[in-house]
Amino acid sequence: MKIAISSLNKLFENRVRLGIMSVLMVNDTFDFNSLKEALGVTDGNLASHLKALEENNLIKVNKQFIGRKPNTSYSVTPDGARSFRLHLKALEEIIKSQ
Amino acid sequence: MILLCNTKYFYIYNMESKQNYYDDLKTIKKIMEESSRFLSLSGLSGIFAGLTALIGGAVAYIVFLKNNFLDNGEFFRNLSVRELNTLKLQLFSDALIVLILAIGISLYFSYRKSVRHGLKIWTPVSKRLLTSLIVPLLTGGILIIIIYVKGQWQLIIPSMLIFYGLALVNACKFTYNELFYMGLIEICTGLAAAVFPEYGILFWCFGFGILHICYGLFMYRKYEG
Repeated sequence: MKIAISSLNKLFENRVRLGIMSVLMVNDTFDFNSLKEALGVTDGNLASHLKALEENNLIKVNKQFIGRKPNTSYSVTPDGARSFRLHLKALEEIIKSQ
Repeated sequence: MILLCNTKYFYIYNMESKQNYYDDLKTIKKIMEESSRFLSLSGLSGIFAGLTALIGGAVAYIVFLKNNFLDNGEFFRNLSVRELNTLKLQLFSDALIVLILAIGISLYFSYRKSVRHGLKIWTPVSKRLLTSLIVPLLTGGILIIIIYVKGQWQLIIPSMLIFYGLALVNACKFTYNELFYMGLIEICTGLAAAVFPEYGILFWCFGFGILHICYGLFMYRKYEG
């Protein structure tokens, strides 16, 4: 139990950040607007949580132009994938333990 | 007494956070599913597309081929070149109408289901689903045109079934897993049709008609019933 709780990642306690990571774990890349729709959050809210994840090197940002429109997409870093898997495992262990 | 209260408090607190963790896991699972799979595909699409195919197949067999299978050499020998060309055109238009109706029906029911379940229809996943379907389907389509031009008509129906099956196997990771098995059955049906080309139309009706209806009924009962 102790071990499980200590491997919970504080960054993932927020629902939006948890959502972002969940989407990026099962998709190679996902763009900002689709992410916004998938999670049902506002621009500012999403941007701030993305920033936090990016600063902790859990996700990376790819900026490119599609035609003339800028398009920002996100993907998970190897580090991010590892910490998210650990977090998931910890959640499962806590639930299993009585 | 204080100790007792503390333990009790700790216990309740623990239960609450456990519920939170459980909710977290549920949310993660739901978001992962919805963001990586196109779940608006409706079983009703399968049922009605299958019925369209069966009607199209029946029209081809009864009206155009006059109850003849393709092994009836006499029937084909008695046709003039002009009649044969008309027949080819009729069969081609029949198949094309079935294809357009089936796609239209699938789009309609997918749209309806997405509205009903509050899902978005044009997402990164649906784009990936379309790409993974289009590559094998377009390859098959071009191959069929080549086969048609080269006059190897007995291979047209097997190619339709095989490439459709390959498309489903390729696309299943972006939608329901059950599509994988349907793809495999389509491929087997296509291979069987290549072995018995004279009964191609029966295999066609089975692969595009009956299989779709069975799949649609199964999926409708499992996910929408």
